[in-house]
Amino acid sequence: MNLQLLQEVTAFIWQEGDMLDHGEYEAWQDLWTAKGTYIIPINPKETDFENTLNYAYDDHHMRRLRVQRLIGGESISTSPQPRTVRSISRIRVLGDDGVNVTVRAAQNIREFRKESLKHYSADLTYTLVRAEGGFKIERKVISLINSDDTLAGIGYIL
Amino acid sequence: MTNLIPAVNLSVDPSELVQPDRVHTSLYTDPALFDAELEKIFHSTWIWVAHESEIPEAGSYKTTYIGKQPVIVVRDRKKAVNVLLNRCRHRGATVCEHKKGKTNSFVCPYHGWGYALDGSLRGVPHPESYGDCLDKAELPLVSLRTESYAGMIFATFKDDIEPLEDFLGAAKKWMDLFMKQGAGYGIKVPGEHRFRFPGNWKIQLENTTDAYHFPLVHKSFLSSVDEQTLELFDFVKGPGYVEDLGNGHSVMVMIPELVDLEADLDKPIPERFESLAAELRDEGIDEPQVRRIVRAVGGSGFNLNLFPNVACSMAFFRVLQPISVTETEIHHSVITMDGGPAAANRYRLRLHEHFQGPMGFGTPDDSEAWERVQKGANAGENLWIMLNRGLPGERPSEDGLVSDVSAETGMRAAYQQWKKMMSA
Repeated sequence: MNLQLLQEVTAFIWQEGDMLDHGEYEAWQDLWTAKGTYIIPINPKETDFENTLNYAYDDHHMRRLRVQRLIGGESISTSPQPRTVRSISRIRVLGDDGVNVTVRAAQNIREFRKESLKHYSADLTYTLVRAEGGFKIERKVISLINSDDTLAGIGYIL
Repeated sequence: MTNLIPAVNLSVDPSELVQPDRVHTSLYTDPALFDAELEKIFHSTWIWVAHESEIPEAGSYKTTYIGKQPVIVVRDRKKAVNVLLNRCRHRGATVCEHKKGKTNSFVCPYHGWGYALDGSLRGVPHPESYGDCLDKAELPLVSLRTESYAGMIFATFKDDIEPLEDFLGAAKKWMDLFMKQGAGYGIKVPGEHRFRFPGNWKIQLENTTDAYHFPLVHKSFLSSVDEQTLELFDFVKGPGYVEDLGNGHSVMVMIPELVDLEADLDKPIPERFESLAAELRDEGIDEPQVRRIVRAVGGSGFNLNLFPNVACSMAFFRVLQPISVTETEIHHSVITMDGGPAAANRYRLRLHEHFQGPMGFGTPDDSEAWERVQKGANAGENLWIMLNRGLPGERPSEDGLVSDVSAETGMRAAYQQWKKMMSA
């Protein structure tokens, strides 16, 4: 097992999670490649995300709009903003072809907003590209374990 | 689950709770009224259960609810659509727990009773113990009266109510117009967003023909779209209208130039669709069809509310399912062009994700507003929900009544039907 690589991707993913919990959205957007996609599927068995309905299928442009919506103060579902704490663990390197590293991790996120504490669990699958000083995210797939159940509004970035 | 309380035992007369310009707040909060609604509305009229594309082949099925009763919508070997109560006739277990799929039969997991796709009881394990006291012909899955129009399948518990087409009435021509967004390929429902909100089902029902809320509740969505789209959605002061179509149905036309998607095909292609048009041309699609697709890709310029549980809403089907007096489940079913170009369908999928669903830029804000209606409705002793907007300008139309685009005419139409059914 390449513990050095595991440590590097873990540090990167923890940093990403910390940025999201603490609203550092500008820095978070810089973690992505120009064509990076952020995907939250509905069907747990789906592989063709581009040609199916997802909860989110964000390219660079949509990530920018999503961040603007969260911080813009125009949306009653995100004002007040939810508070989140996410724990990311069980990190495993699934593949490494020298350029791209595929990583899977477990994420448990707690959300609090307006008298209500909620909990979402998900598998995160990252395609990371080696870049100067670390990695860039080429693709992040957030597979909620209850993705095919009914959900309530999620006013933050999973 | 509470027992159904017959409306005759209600402490109030439902007809007194609906006035021409307002409804009583107890319509959102009274559990006895909710139970009566299940019986007098959801068990007594045509309820939408599926679009035909969701069950395309023999054996294709989906499960859903009519009121709170679980049902299976299935296409049998003769391609007929059956709506069956999802309850084994032996000891009551559901015979299907999947949301959709394909099967040859339904077999109860408890004791193995097996049913054909038309609901008939085919076999029971170890029948010898029944001797001659079990007549399989008497115990099929209960089959509901089922009719469809324009690909939309409805079912009802009542054998004595009017045919579906009579119930839909003036709404039928709007359904035909809505289906034009298939651009000649036909309409397909390949998926949906499902969410719940803590509020009464009628709060959502009202919202489908509520233009008044759009610029305020959906400000963050409007900030995220291009200039042309922003102009299209600036409809509250525009020439649109709301029309009462009878039987509780209504239509809100927000963008009159997008009522008929097969008209004006010779007009210039709007700038925001130019890259899609180029992609379609590259695929070898001829110019007239490119124009047809591009005009249809953003959906129709109106919301059609079909009382009580479904709407044809611009580019998707909105389905509501009552859970309790204070909780409602909503499905937003995405529509694609069946067998149409992948680029056009990707456009539609991304459009749906942009507004709808728990992470959309629209739905969560609607949901928040409705939740606040339910919370606020607990305040006060004897207060009313005001529905008088657009009354002064309201006038008779060919199909009913019409007023300006942000009039509450559609809501008044729905509540008059509610009153009629609840008083029956």
